[in-house]
Amino acid sequence: MYNYSDFDEAFVRARVAQFRGQVERRLDGSLSEEEFRPLRLMNGLYLQLHAYMLRVAIPYGTLRSDQMRQLAMIADRWDKGYGHFTTRQNIQFNWPKLTDVPDILGALADVQMHAIQTSGNCIRNVTADHFAGAAADEVADPRPVAELIRQWSTDHAEFQFLPRKFKIAITGAAADRAVIRAHDIGLQIVREGDQIGYRVLVGGGLGRTPLIGQVIRAFLPKADLLPYLEAIVATYNLLGRRDNKYKARIKITVFENGIEAFRAATEAEFARIRPEFTGVDQDILAGIEAQFAPPAFRNTDPAPFAAALAVDPLLRAWAERSLAPHKRDNHAIVTVSLKAHGATPGDATSDQMRVLADLADRYGYGELRISHEQNVILPHVAKADLPNVHAELLRAGLATANVGLLSDIIACPGMDYCALATARSIPVAQGLATHFKAIGLEDEIGKLKIKISGCINACGHHHVGHIGILGLDRAGVENYQITLGGDGSEQAAIGERAGPGFAYDEVIPAIERLLRAYLALRQSRGESFIDAYRRLGPAPFKAALYPQEARDAA
Amino acid sequence: MSRRFTPKVVTANDLRAGDVIYLTADGRWSRQHHEAELLEDEAIADLRLLMALGHGDRVVGAYLADAKPGPNGPEPVHFREAFRTRGPSNYAHGKQEAAANV
Ligand code: HEM
Ligand code: SF4
Repeated sequence: MYNYSDFDEAFVRARVAQFRGQVERRLDGSLSEEEFRPLRLMNGLYLQLHAYMLRVAIPYGTLRSDQMRQLAMIADRWDKGYGHFTTRQNIQFNWPKLTDVPDILGALADVQMHAIQTSGNCIRNVTADHFAGAAADEVADPRPVAELIRQWSTDHAEFQFLPRKFKIAITGAAADRAVIRAHDIGLQIVREGDQIGYRVLVGGGLGRTPLIGQVIRAFLPKADLLPYLEAIVATYNLLGRRDNKYKARIKITVFENGIEAFRAATEAEFARIRPEFTGVDQDILAGIEAQFAPPAFRNTDPAPFAAALAVDPLLRAWAERSLAPHKRDNHAIVTVSLKAHGATPGDATSDQMRVLADLADRYGYGELRISHEQNVILPHVAKADLPNVHAELLRAGLATANVGLLSDIIACPGMDYCALATARSIPVAQGLATHFKAIGLEDEIGKLKIKISGCINACGHHHVGHIGILGLDRAGVENYQITLGGDGSEQAAIGERAGPGFAYDEVIPAIERLLRAYLALRQSRGESFIDAYRRLGPAPFKAALYPQEARDAA
Repeated sequence: MSRRFTPKVVTANDLRAGDVIYLTADGRWSRQHHEAELLEDEAIADLRLLMALGHGDRVVGAYLADAKPGPNGPEPVHFREAFRTRGPSNYAHGKQEAAANV
């Protein structure tokens, strides 16, 4: 796995020392809040409703076991014994004291972690497919390129003050597990003949104006990546709007200028700067690639797993939901659900973090991943070890067999934590999960993605949920808008608003009507909610959500 | 008819701990909403907010929030402010945690 170079180490240490001084000057009154705010945000420190919040980057979602243990230590020592994993492959601590933050950043630096560029109008933490380096369907591991982009963009002078924040996501497979189409730039590693290159998308994004990214280059040779990205960002820096915060994201620049004009400007800039890239970046990339070399996979016989499956129904149910195909036949990718029914999506206690770190050490070559769907992944587990892994997860309360099901909900912190929220999201997620478990319909309903945001900023990806829920404030009361038909995969689509919003208490009954209608309408168990929605269109689902209107119209 | 002024309290977060705090009539910062000074006059409310903004070495993000009189002192009007008096709804953390310990 990637290890900090001396440069990275010195850089992060210097930033911690610098921030320690800034906090001291804030506390002794020599820095005002106006002066201090941008400095703390640059170090991932927000002020939320009840407390500060520290956002720590987990670059490309990859964690080592010792890093996970350190997160557990931080949670115990300076927070309330838990952390919140987010859709941006970050971990957030919800209760740090300002006076402790320099020490926390120091403890992070001890394990090569930091909170830099998790905020501000810069190129943010690059996110990647959480199955990277393990998935059977991948062309190449996307993380070396993600790391190259991190090195190129960190403290890149031209890109510290972009018109707005800038998010890049990358996948090495055609199956899009990184929602690349909802990012400012989305990259997909592709192969053409014997050449590796990238399919480049630009102008995706959620928030106030949700847009799906468009292809700007269908095949970009590997060596052209950095100059091309630099050309895109430079074009955006030039054409992007700084007059209006809501029009400042690159998606608006691409939308307003049109993809053709944006492409032409980018290609012209690319042609101009390409000669400046002499290949040093490719040497650096080769060095990084060497650091991401796969572990020395053990060659064990998977037969014990098959035998255990035959006799253990709990293991079978869990395996069906939690395992994904690994590039080696005798290994599997394990997704550990952080969505026990009624729990807060994405939260892990310090004990759970330690269990996961121990499992990674014992059965997973010390590697862990965080998914944008707020779960934890053991990317490489020998099949022979799966019965043991399952047994230990069961003991730790981490064996919920609901990955990909209704209760595997993405929810942003909403008004339980976030200062920008217009309504709560967490209790809606908790309520949906416990309700559908209680009425026993979750397995029957099958694959379903529900995503909930507590305001229009869409941190919970509601636009790309098969069912999206957006919490709003209507005249001083929480109100929830439902969108249908969104999709965050390679078939990306923005969900359509179904109609008027629902009061807090009406949301769960409305979703139940919607899903009972789906069960009645589907052709077979094999037709998922989103497939049925695509076949039938919104009308029958809207009728289920709004039975009164349907009757009135009849 | 001129629009009636909705009474306010001055609220902020503690600079060091981040906890929600309220400005009292005697110029202290309390962690309890009901100890806040209820400001029923717009001009006075603005003055109190100015004063709070001068406490930048102790507090952060001071603003005026709608409030109403109650039996034990001012009460929040909007649900956001009601949450701020308690803490999150998924765990008994924040003020509700402290309240449970007394
Ligand atoms: C203090 C908490 C947070 C604040 C202040 C915050 C702020 C924002 C804002 C202002 C936007 C809109 C940006 C725009 O459209 O220009 C946004 C978008 C977003 N945030 Fe957050 N956020 C917070 C927490 C989170 C969390 C917990 C997650 C992950 C679960 C997250 C992930 C995202 C994502 C995925 C987007 C939308 C996609 C896009 O940028 O196009 N944020 N956030
Ligand atoms: S969507 Fe809104 S409420 Fe949710 S975390 Fe983002 S800014 Fe906060």
